[in-house]
Amino acid sequence: MKTFNVNIVTPDGPVVDTNVELVSAKAQSGELGIMAGHVPMVAPLQIGAVRLVTGGKQSELVAISGGFLEVRPDQVTILAQAAEKAESIDIARAKEAQLRAEQLLQSKQDHVDFKRAELALKRAVNRVNVYEGKL
Amino acid sequence: MASLRDIQTRITSTKKTSQITKAMQMVSASKLSRAESNAKSFVPYMDKIQEVVASIALGSKDVTHPMLVSRPVKKTGYLVITSDRGLAGAYNSSILRSVYKQIQERHTSKDEYVVIAVGRVGRDFFRMRGIEAIDSVTGLPDQPSFADVKEIVRKTVDLFSEGAYDELFMYYSHFVNAIQQDVTMKKVLPLTDIESTGGSLSSYEFEPSAEEILEVLLPQYAESLIYGALLDGKASEHAARMTAMQNATDNAKELIRSLTLQYNRARQAAITQEITEIVGGAAALES
Repeated sequence: MKTFNVNIVTPDGPVVDTNVELVSAKAQSGELGIMAGHVPMVAPLQIGAVRLVTGGKQSELVAISGGFLEVRPDQVTILAQAAEKAESIDIARAKEAQLRAEQLLQSKQDHVDFKRAELALKRAVNRVNVYEGKL
Repeated sequence: MASLRDIQTRITSTKKTSQITKAMQMVSASKLSRAESNAKSFVPYMDKIQEVVASIALGSKDVTHPMLVSRPVKKTGYLVITSDRGLAGAYNSSILRSVYKQIQERHTSKDEYVVIAVGRVGRDFFRMRGIEAIDSVTGLPDQPSFADVKEIVRKTVDLFSEGAYDELFMYYSHFVNAIQQDVTMKKVLPLTDIESTGGSLSSYEFEPSAEEILEVLLPQYAESLIYGALLDGKASEHAARMTAMQNATDNAKELIRSLTLQYNRARQAAITQEITEIVGGAAALES
């Protein structure tokens, strides 16, 4: 199958630079699958996992915290504020963050910024899921 | 003339000081190289985001977003990036001098501007002058990751969207090389001067629409502009500190040299005096 280059860049440096057959990402308007030869496109991404399918059935998950995806004829670039491959996720920290966010949400106090806590929870759950290989 | 003991004490203390400055210089040198590589790893992200922003904002003229539009300026925001600690030569003072001059030239009353301070030195500088920064961060690590500065950066951009100020200027020190850092003023918001990086503005499909993409993209772009300046400022800070400590070490060496000369002279004078006294005493006995 035809492959194309995928770049995932964050402010802290490039995270992924490989050739893949298929990129599957969660855009704000829904799930997106991109293969070689896709029309040039820009789409904002949700907090979620990006699946990079390399040859055969091999695939890799990357946790993305927001950002957007840019498709060019020969290349796909994902610009995210944070991105981690499954193996580089600090699972202890992610679980801790998840717990903290859940407690904040349950505390039902006025001073809690619910929107922010919800986003934090989403990011934490996303990391945990990617680490465990669930999509 | 100072006594031998006095000179000896000064030499020892100067030596100790120079050891400290030398150590600080080496620490800054290693931090500088880290900061430089951080700034370098940020470049691909910045380039990319600039490219996409340019191609959307310039490519389709009919799209618009509050961040792209200049509104009448009632209040100006100043984001001032300084360090937490001194001992970095003129690093902080040159930034603060230029901001303060600019503020005094442009504004007549304190209601016309707000200050956001990064770094303790900057915050204290404005506090001393009766200007309380509306937001400040101190204690940033030497190698800030994006997560470390996310809060302040987001807040700065949000304040603009909420209308707390109608334009935002950013003052920081741009790292040219290890011995040169330039104070730079940059207008961050509104994003009126988006440079197009390449000639090839690709025409994109927007999913779901150009407006909604700008909604996500522009804050992210403004945030990365600020983050880039922070990284740049950190590199400059380490470079400035390195140079300052290098100078301090050199000065200490020079001081030690001249003190040692003084010490030896005093020692010789004392010996000569003793001999003269002995000879004089012996001559007095003989006669």
